[in-house]
Amino acid sequence: MNTREQKLRHALVIVWTLVLVLFVYLPIVCISLASFTASRYFQFPITRWGLEWWAKTFSSIEIRQLLSTSLSIALAVTLLAVVLGFFGALAFARYDWRGRNFFQRVILLPIFFPQSVLGLALLLWFNALGVQLNWTTAVFAHLVWIVPVVTLVMAIQVYSFDPALEEAAFDLGASRWQVWSEVTLPVLFPGIFSGALFAFLLSWGNFPLSLFTTGADTTVPEYLYAKMVAGYTPGVPVLGTVSTAGAALLLVGGYGVILLLRRQQREL
Amino acid sequence: MNSSRNKEQAGSSARRLAEQAAARLGPGEKTALPVLIFLFIGFAAPLLAVIWYSFMPPRTFSFTGVPTVQNYQTIFQSTSYISFLWSLSLAALTTAVLALICYPVAYAMVRVFGPYSMLLTLLFTIPLFVSENIRLYGWVLFFIKNGVLLGTVKHLSGLDLQSLLFTRAAVIFGMVYVYIPFMLFPMTLGVSMVPAETRDAAFDLGATRWQVFREVELPLSMPGVLIGSLLTFVLAVGAIAEAKVLGGQKVIPITHDIEIAFTYAQNWPLGSALAVLLMAVVGALVLLVLRRFDLDLLLGRK
Repeated sequence: MNTREQKLRHALVIVWTLVLVLFVYLPIVCISLASFTASRYFQFPITRWGLEWWAKTFSSIEIRQLLSTSLSIALAVTLLAVVLGFFGALAFARYDWRGRNFFQRVILLPIFFPQSVLGLALLLWFNALGVQLNWTTAVFAHLVWIVPVVTLVMAIQVYSFDPALEEAAFDLGASRWQVWSEVTLPVLFPGIFSGALFAFLLSWGNFPLSLFTTGADTTVPEYLYAKMVAGYTPGVPVLGTVSTAGAALLLVGGYGVILLLRRQQREL
Repeated sequence: MNSSRNKEQAGSSARRLAEQAAARLGPGEKTALPVLIFLFIGFAAPLLAVIWYSFMPPRTFSFTGVPTVQNYQTIFQSTSYISFLWSLSLAALTTAVLALICYPVAYAMVRVFGPYSMLLTLLFTIPLFVSENIRLYGWVLFFIKNGVLLGTVKHLSGLDLQSLLFTRAAVIFGMVYVYIPFMLFPMTLGVSMVPAETRDAAFDLGATRWQVFREVELPLSMPGVLIGSLLTFVLAVGAIAEAKVLGGQKVIPITHDIEIAFTYAQNWPLGSALAVLLMAVVGALVLLVLRRFDLDLLLGRK
């Protein structure tokens, strides 16, 4: 193998990867830049910088209402998805049972499904059942897509869990509850935590499912969409930047917690 | 037998039966049950409702009409097939472009970056959690007249170019952008399944770089490539925001037709019939591909 040639190839793929990273972040940078202009219309290069639109956006009661709706939905989704996904992950990865193969595929179907169509199907279904649409129906809709994702994320952790640990605890005289709270849960906790993080963030940013299932309530992505289709308002970049920065902070913070948990587990 | 005894004690028989059923279920069935029940109510039932609704008379809002195939006739006589073709071809093109863009990156993340690949994974994950509307709007600000790109060009060279937005190319660009992680992550998983020893052995036996790629790396990473392509294609067929935000109605995807039928046109049965046709295409593809995979192997069971 020619090592010089190999080095060149590696340099090429490294450059290519970094270009893709830049590409991925470029629009997010544009949004943030636009939020710091003082003028009513976006013009580049920016000549007048300012924080007026940040102040205006945050003093708006409407925006606070949006944030609280999005937050309520995301928190409810996180809680329910973690509970359902936890059991789902055990069935997916831990136990050998007759329907397992079928179950593993059924779980994937909602993920491999166009979300806008799923949103409309749920709209029709709620209507057929006579359910009034509001933020709680959006929670249900988000769960249909997010529970399978959380199940998969947790299943990856469950695969690396050695059932012999539980058996050893039983042999040492631990009760069913003790085994759960002192062996199973702590060992699986990093997976549960990443599942919760995924659930929260995916619900927070979801648009196609919310669009058809929130009824009179409005989430942040829905509001942004309505505003951006209607024309330019500087409030859109501000809210977009806030939403992005929040997600990034949560994810980086959460990632730090997971690393910490892993280290602790290794020391145990 | 147990069941006959239960009949005599009518009062507690239901509870007993439930207990017996629970006792017969293993831990796998028990833990799977909550999710299965939820997906039945939240996924299977709504889809069945859509299928049933597609056979209701046009412009009705109840489930009790006399079933008819009128909606499907309307679709086959209309120009909806154009939207269908657009959605399918845009999705296919997006998938192909992304496969080419992402393979070198997946390779780099597995073989070249070493410990930094975790950081890269994180970097590629973060945008996934930012609403796609926001990211697409960032591209609007980039491409719009006097935006980041054209504003800079004008500032530097004095050239005042027309906006690149609201074209078919902009829609494809947006779709390629949005679906990067859905192709990249399964592909990375696939590339990491190629054992280093197999590659080395091929090199030792005198294979050229191209031969190793074509005869060792690509076939062995195929499960990841296929899963990534399937996920990208399916999500891209259902794409709606790209055409609206970046395309300015230059392209009308099928999802747009479905949405119009449900909202402005208030013709739910017609919208349902369109959705059923889309579901049939997507469903056939998903079942065909997923049937062939061992998910335990793919997700990391030792």
